[in-house]
Amino acid sequence: MNTVFVTVGTTSFDDLIEGITCPETVQVLKARGYERLVLQAGRGSILPAADSCPHVRLEAYRFKDSIAEDIRQADLVISHAGAGSCLEALGAGKPLLVVVNDKLMNNHQLEMARQLHKDSHLLYCTCSTLTETLRTMDLSVLQPFLPGQPKNFANFLDKAFGVQ
Amino acid sequence: MAFLVGVVFALLLLCLSFIIRLYHVVKTGSSYKPGTRGPVAVLIVAGSGGHTTEILRLMECLSAAYTPRHYVIADTDGMSQEKICTFERSKHSDSESQFTICRIPRSREVHQSWSSSVISTLDALRYSLPLVFRLRPDMVLCNGPGTCIPLCVTGLLLGILGLKKVSIVYVESICRVETLSLTGKILYPIADYFFVQWSSLRDKYPKSIFLGRIV
Repeated sequence: MNTVFVTVGTTSFDDLIEGITCPETVQVLKARGYERLVLQAGRGSILPAADSCPHVRLEAYRFKDSIAEDIRQADLVISHAGAGSCLEALGAGKPLLVVVNDKLMNNHQLEMARQLHKDSHLLYCTCSTLTETLRTMDLSVLQPFLPGQPKNFANFLDKAFGVQ
Repeated sequence: MAFLVGVVFALLLLCLSFIIRLYHVVKTGSSYKPGTRGPVAVLIVAGSGGHTTEILRLMECLSAAYTPRHYVIADTDGMSQEKICTFERSKHSDSESQFTICRIPRSREVHQSWSSSVISTLDALRYSLPLVFRLRPDMVLCNGPGTCIPLCVTGLLLGILGLKKVSIVYVESICRVETLSLTGKILYPIADYFFVQWSSLRDKYPKSIFLGRIV
């Protein structure tokens, strides 16, 4: 079953939870073949009930020790711009749509999401353009995200310190 | 009067020699090669959350030559200790694992004001001084939590006093693409090796080392 996983991390992001569960957006998801919607809603004031969205199977929770399993099962991850969430989704090789919370200006966390978007590793939108982005997005333009290379760091240090 | 002049003169001389030593220690940092004499003792500053995850990614590839490993965590951090123990058990299970975990007060909580940050950093220095003097590591490895500032400053002090050269290795968090973190800005002038993970930061900070993404 094609699944969309939405994660807001440790923050609250009601606009995203509201936006993704509104009837118009759910129609778009349905039209694109997504049938299951899993929401990690964090500290937000909204936690949609399972039966609040006809046409898709909805599951919602606030926190889990690890969201790795939900990411693994997802065919599309929609995330806030937090660095941890972005890296986890990209590290798992999932197509990622980052929704920027425009109420949080000058948040340094946005730097990385913006750069990863520039490098075509993820799609990027705001709550007001979420439905339209889901309607028109082309996931095939996304470039694979290669993991960082701590080995390069270790080699550099060995040489600098004269480690044999 | 002559006594007073003498005291002032002595103080000036002390300050001058301190500055000369500071300059010398910072400038000659990259010629220090502790690895040629045997294992390299490391003090690792694990912050919390994302910082700890990133620093353990870096530790993953360091060989057993980096022994012993002393991890420092903030006393308000409940998560990092378990992550570190799990990591050490999985990586160094064969050999006798040589690592310790030390706790010091946190320099700065998220969103703490600047003025009270200064006071709590000074307070953290009270704990960092005896810790670093006792452990005498060859290098301090850190990646951004405020806790690393008093530890790096103490490491620098050991070098200035001629007791022990402590290399300061700083890796800016992968989240930093365009601007350095506050800790990064403070440690940039004194770090012996300052790594950044995005080319835009390398262009702005010529002393920094860029090897691509390393976490």
